[in-house]
Amino acid sequence: MSQTWTTHPSQALLRVAERGAKRSRSTGRRRLVLISGLVMLGIAIAAILAAPLLAGKSPTALDVLHPLAPPLTPGHLLGTDQYGRDILARILYGGRIDLAIAFGATSVTLVSGTIVGLVAGYFGGWVDNLLMRIVDLFFAFPFLVLIIAIIAMLGPSIFNMFVAIWITSWVSYARIMRAQTVVAKKQQYVLAARTLGYGRVRVMLRHILPNTASAVIIFSMVDAVGNIILAASLGFLGLGAQPPTPEWGTMISDGQNYILSSWWLATLPGLAIVFVGVAFSLIGDGLADVLRPGER
Amino acid sequence: MSRFGTLPRRLGHLVLIAFGITLVTFFLLRLIPGDPALAILGTSYTHQRAVAIDLALGLNKPIWTQYVLFMGRLFRGDLGYSFFYSEPATTVIGQHLAPTVFLVIYAAVLAAAISLPLGFVSGLRRGGVVDQSARVFFTVSFAMPAFWLGIILLIVFSVHLQVFPISGFGAGFAGHLYYLFLPALTIAVGFSTVLIRSLRAATIATLQAEFVDTARMKGISRAKVLRRHVFRNAVLAVVAVFGVNLAYLISGTVLVENVFSLPGLGSLLVNSVSNRDYPVVQGVTLLFALLIVAINLLTDVTQSALDPRVGQEIGE
Repeated sequence: MSQTWTTHPSQALLRVAERGAKRSRSTGRRRLVLISGLVMLGIAIAAILAAPLLAGKSPTALDVLHPLAPPLTPGHLLGTDQYGRDILARILYGGRIDLAIAFGATSVTLVSGTIVGLVAGYFGGWVDNLLMRIVDLFFAFPFLVLIIAIIAMLGPSIFNMFVAIWITSWVSYARIMRAQTVVAKKQQYVLAARTLGYGRVRVMLRHILPNTASAVIIFSMVDAVGNIILAASLGFLGLGAQPPTPEWGTMISDGQNYILSSWWLATLPGLAIVFVGVAFSLIGDGLADVLRPGER
Repeated sequence: MSRFGTLPRRLGHLVLIAFGITLVTFFLLRLIPGDPALAILGTSYTHQRAVAIDLALGLNKPIWTQYVLFMGRLFRGDLGYSFFYSEPATTVIGQHLAPTVFLVIYAAVLAAAISLPLGFVSGLRRGGVVDQSARVFFTVSFAMPAFWLGIILLIVFSVHLQVFPISGFGAGFAGHLYYLFLPALTIAVGFSTVLIRSLRAATIATLQAEFVDTARMKGISRAKVLRRHVFRNAVLAVVAVFGVNLAYLISGTVLVENVFSLPGLGSLLVNSVSNRDYPVVQGVTLLFALLIVAINLLTDVTQSALDPRVGQEIGE
């Protein structure tokens, strides 16, 4: 149902009365978003794990007779790059790094940021002040610039890319979780748990966390998209995966030199990024609908 | 409460943040594993040169003395010496400033031009054609890396249609506008998804506000209510989003400058990483962070000037 503008002033009164009746998306449609996201991600993970079967060749094997072959060339479904390396194989193997970042970097910062947020929100006082000032400080930097600066100092590599994300990315979770905890702390169920004499750790982990975790979980899906794009961006800038390791960002960077003649080098790996990114976005949207209905 | 609400307190907070930023950038250099002099010199390492660098950077002194010296130099506008360019870091950074500033402003203007109409109409006609297309656009472009979009635009507009140049900064104001159109558009597309989404939400919220009903009941025309009451209030809510997401614009700039080979701070930053030009990396990071603090302050001031209620809530 679309929002329609009332045609007569008196109808505005009616609208005020009607406002209580909230419409919501049907459960079926909500689930559909989540399921389609999960299916897309499942396809991506299966394809990447089955890379040796699907591609049938090594991502670094050279086919010197067929460099820069266009897509649909026999033997090279998505064509080859300037050294005759199979693009399909490189996309499938390259996805391993990008998805490893999506899961490895996101899960660590999800856990650490959530703990910091819980502690800050629950304890309050100077602990909260100190932790939140640190969070503010990280937010003052442009995220990508800070990551690049850290990698500059540690030296460019895939592992240091993880480290840079671990150092910086927990702050969003901490901020979200703190806001949730501050509200939850004053609720009856928390007061009840405290009255029963439960310790702080138990109240935080067994009572507050289960009731507030949906916000950070939903955000982690958005963050996973961000981390995939970040990994690819750093690869593109030459600060992440190093050649000849296949990775989507480095493939796009390589391909940029050939855009005048061979468009497929730079464009196809990007489609893989968009595919996985949309999958995570849909999962996030779907989770938001399922976990917190009525808030959208 | 004063006319400016909690603004003085926010100001104090920002000064604290600025101080923290200097602390973080100072400690960045300490992340270098091993001996910084060795890392800076690389293959041209000799003991004498290493000692000279240690002296120049003050690495032989206790760490807190080093920080005090760093701050002292900072207040004199000294960011250290770029060993790669053989020039002070501030000079190097100054030479790369113009393209970045131009690009950021250009992208912000384009993003506003794209998102103001789209976001407002999406909120007004929820579920309509514009809203649905904007939603699809949002989902896809959210998952689209800025640098990849830049390359797609290059392939379409520069290689095939040949209407825009492949790289370069151009000469003169008109030249900059022409040469930087694709780079600015690339950043603007990513940025406008955020703006469209928040303007849509703000429009929906404003439409539900009682003052809109009041205005309607007074018999004010639809167009006038939309323009004077809904649009103005919705845009106000988005000004804050604009400031907060400036960091996003700058991250976009870093990537897009590298796609279009623009001689800006983003290219300088990335090149300095491979050149191990640590003072320049430190300087660019510091500059960007301080810039964001300054713009956030500006957003705060603009907001409380536009809307006296901002910052008046207790606990803000």
